[in-house]
Amino acid sequence: MPDIPIQEAAYNYAYLDEQTKRMIRRAILKAVAVPGYQVPFGGREMPLPYGWGTGGIQVTAAIIGRDDTLKVIDQGADDTTNAVSIRRFFARVADVATTTRTEEASVIQTRHRVPETPLKEGQILVFQVPIPEPLRMLEPRETETRTLHALSEYGVMQVSLYESIARHGRIAKTYNYPVMVNDRYIMSPSPIPKFDNPKLDRSPALQLYGAGREKRIYAVPPYTPVKSLDFDDHPFEIETWSESCALCGSRESFLDEMIVDDTGKRLFLCSDTDWCQERQGEHQGEQPQEEPAK
Amino acid sequence: MSDAMGIRDIAAGFIDSPHESQRIFRGVLEAFAHPGRVVTVVDAPAPPGALCRATAAFLLTLADRDTPLWLAPEFDTPEVSDFVRFHTGAPIVGGRAEAAFAILPHDQLLPFDTFSIGTDTYPDRSATLVIGVPALGVGQARIWRGPGIDGEASVAIAGLDPIFWLDWAANHSLFPCGVDVVFAAGSQLVALPRGIAVES
Amino acid sequence: MYVAVKGGETAIAHSLDLLADKRRGDRDVAEVSLDQIDQQLGLAVDRVMTEGSCYDRALAALAVKQARGDLVEAIFLLRAYRTTLPRFGASEPLDTSRMVAERRISSTFKDVPGGQVLGPTYDYTHRLLDFSLAAAAERPAAPTAPCDATSTLPRVGDILEREGMLEPAPRSMATPGAGDAQDLTRQPMVFPAARPLRLQNLARGDEGFLLALGYSTQRGYGNNHPFVGEIRFGAVPVSFVPEELGFAIEIAEIDVTECDMVNQFAGSHDVPPQFTRGYGLAFGHAERKAMAMALVDRALRAEELSEAATSPAQDEEFVLAHSDNVEASGFVQHLKLPHYVDFQSELVVVRALRAEVEARNRQATLCQAAE
Repeated sequence: MPDIPIQEAAYNYAYLDEQTKRMIRRAILKAVAVPGYQVPFGGREMPLPYGWGTGGIQVTAAIIGRDDTLKVIDQGADDTTNAVSIRRFFARVADVATTTRTEEASVIQTRHRVPETPLKEGQILVFQVPIPEPLRMLEPRETETRTLHALSEYGVMQVSLYESIARHGRIAKTYNYPVMVNDRYIMSPSPIPKFDNPKLDRSPALQLYGAGREKRIYAVPPYTPVKSLDFDDHPFEIETWSESCALCGSRESFLDEMIVDDTGKRLFLCSDTDWCQERQGEHQGEQPQEEPAK
Repeated sequence: MSDAMGIRDIAAGFIDSPHESQRIFRGVLEAFAHPGRVVTVVDAPAPPGALCRATAAFLLTLADRDTPLWLAPEFDTPEVSDFVRFHTGAPIVGGRAEAAFAILPHDQLLPFDTFSIGTDTYPDRSATLVIGVPALGVGQARIWRGPGIDGEASVAIAGLDPIFWLDWAANHSLFPCGVDVVFAAGSQLVALPRGIAVES
Repeated sequence: MYVAVKGGETAIAHSLDLLADKRRGDRDVAEVSLDQIDQQLGLAVDRVMTEGSCYDRALAALAVKQARGDLVEAIFLLRAYRTTLPRFGASEPLDTSRMVAERRISSTFKDVPGGQVLGPTYDYTHRLLDFSLAAAAERPAAPTAPCDATSTLPRVGDILEREGMLEPAPRSMATPGAGDAQDLTRQPMVFPAARPLRLQNLARGDEGFLLALGYSTQRGYGNNHPFVGEIRFGAVPVSFVPEELGFAIEIAEIDVTECDMVNQFAGSHDVPPQFTRGYGLAFGHAERKAMAMALVDRALRAEELSEAATSPAQDEEFVLAHSDNVEASGFVQHLKLPHYVDFQSELVVVRALRAEVEARNRQATLCQAAE
């Protein structure tokens, strides 16, 4: 049996080899040039499982440098396990400064949220995308959906939204709510709550979307119109809460609901941990009732 | 060809490839994300032949074996082709339609659609043209509009014939197909992706 | 407060420590060595090499050990390592007629040139637990026959092909130096896929998935009347043409299992009735995988052979997009990640919808009462 090298293989800066980075960088430029179009790329097998952010990680690895400050969030929080794991990965392989502060970050990798703090020009928001094709659940075949995009033939999506109205009296889609980018491509904003959709519209930040398993990269350049699909008589609307955040008192942020005892008592907290902490520093929000964790 | 030319005659490439190419790529990405914005390429190595520093840096950063390169006659010199082959491995091709990247001078106009413009189903299978110009931010300014631009931008590119902008309008009308253009002068570059409408 | 999904670095580090501890198990039991895995769990190593698409017994054995015998996890480990390796080029196509076969059988003829060689197989074992294996003991070596490594072993398919009974093997795939092969670990899959790319996908595909699909074709979901033209297992040389030499040199010898499935074909407008091929190849000894692959390969040729493609195994996008167990395992298991933001969005809407329904019902009751 042949010998195994004892020492760990030396990996390139930011893990990916330079050839792979060039391939991803070329795909990113194409994605920026054709906003909302999904560019196929030769996605690599990453040391993290598919579905756990391999697309976002490859995009981040292809753009990140020693001058960057990286923030990683999952569900809006910096301290969820997957965010911790990905942040640790880049601190290790890319020798990069990390932060939990939205406004300090030059690159923010996210799963399922857009930060509440408005993003600035020069920031890059990297989304982890599970299913990049917005039409996939309506038409499972890639050959078909590719043709529909080529022809701008989006009737199937309109019909689906209309059926939702006929059945529920409203568009009952809540996350991964489809958007029209620059009046040309229907795009999946990734499974962010529709609450976050308005933040994508004409954002000063660059949005990059990476889907590792499906091997697609797409982008929304700064200041690009991103319209959530709707109808004149059923305009797009976002979630609202009658409660406020138990920690910072926020009424305008996306709130996570927690069940705090077995009688079903609820507590509401900001999903964006950085935003919540900043506000707690500013106003002394009312403290939550001490409830034992489940 | 350049049998007499040894490796020592080839202009130097990156010293610390991962970091230099990363910085330059971010510059190119900024240019694409903000069409019309003049981006300066810092610390790029000295360019070979008639290439400017920004063009050489662009090639070192983005070209490789997988990107056939077309050189306009003015740039198709041993200094340039040896530099490209040695540092990037990009195959230099004679057919414009095969090229992923093309290097052109500002005064030799070629119809954009003689390069690959992609297809309706795969608009990404298109060429990127790097056009060397005398200066950026100098000369007659035109209004640019489109993704990446907040409202409109007034952009001046020196040395282009007005016909260029008619051709550009035709290229833009092919969207999502069409070529993307990068203007390069000295250490600076400006990107003009296909989605940008330019008032002529 | 709420800690169920929030875990800092410490929690993760402790989880990793626990995993390493579980891997080792009871310290009173001797630790398993990579040699032991390679030699005594060799078929597990073969599967990991095949679906990991990396021929390296030592690395595959390491992956099996690290994954505690979870072969899909081991395949993932090997793939993630493979992807970081530099590539020197593509080898020449294997010539399996040069195989030194340990086993070779054909079910289409009673005897074939070169003979039926049973070799090591479970086929004729009675599946009775062998309790003598429960204890370590000296095991006698099997008798061996002299083997002529210099002679070639003609493929049954080639013989049928000469008669015109079997479609010719696709020549473009068998031409040395035909240029760089497409490689779906470097480029994304594009549909419709050419057959070489399909075969690469199937070779890397999950054995269980292919087995079920292949089985479904036998039960009428895309039946094409398969016969095992030949299965062979043994060592074949690997050749490579270094750019600086310009001619092929032998760089290794690897064990492979090859299956040529021979299938009925009614003929078409241009082609008289003849037999068609389905092809399977796996690293090491993996007959179930090679046969399943050959069945699915043939099923996926439905369109090319003008057959109605009505069954799952004939549906290229369906098969190729779901065959990869590293992709499938990752995406199924990603449901373990927190999804509470999306769930919160759903809660808000479902509550609102329920409130509307209740309000409507109340209204209806009031109206009825008023009548």
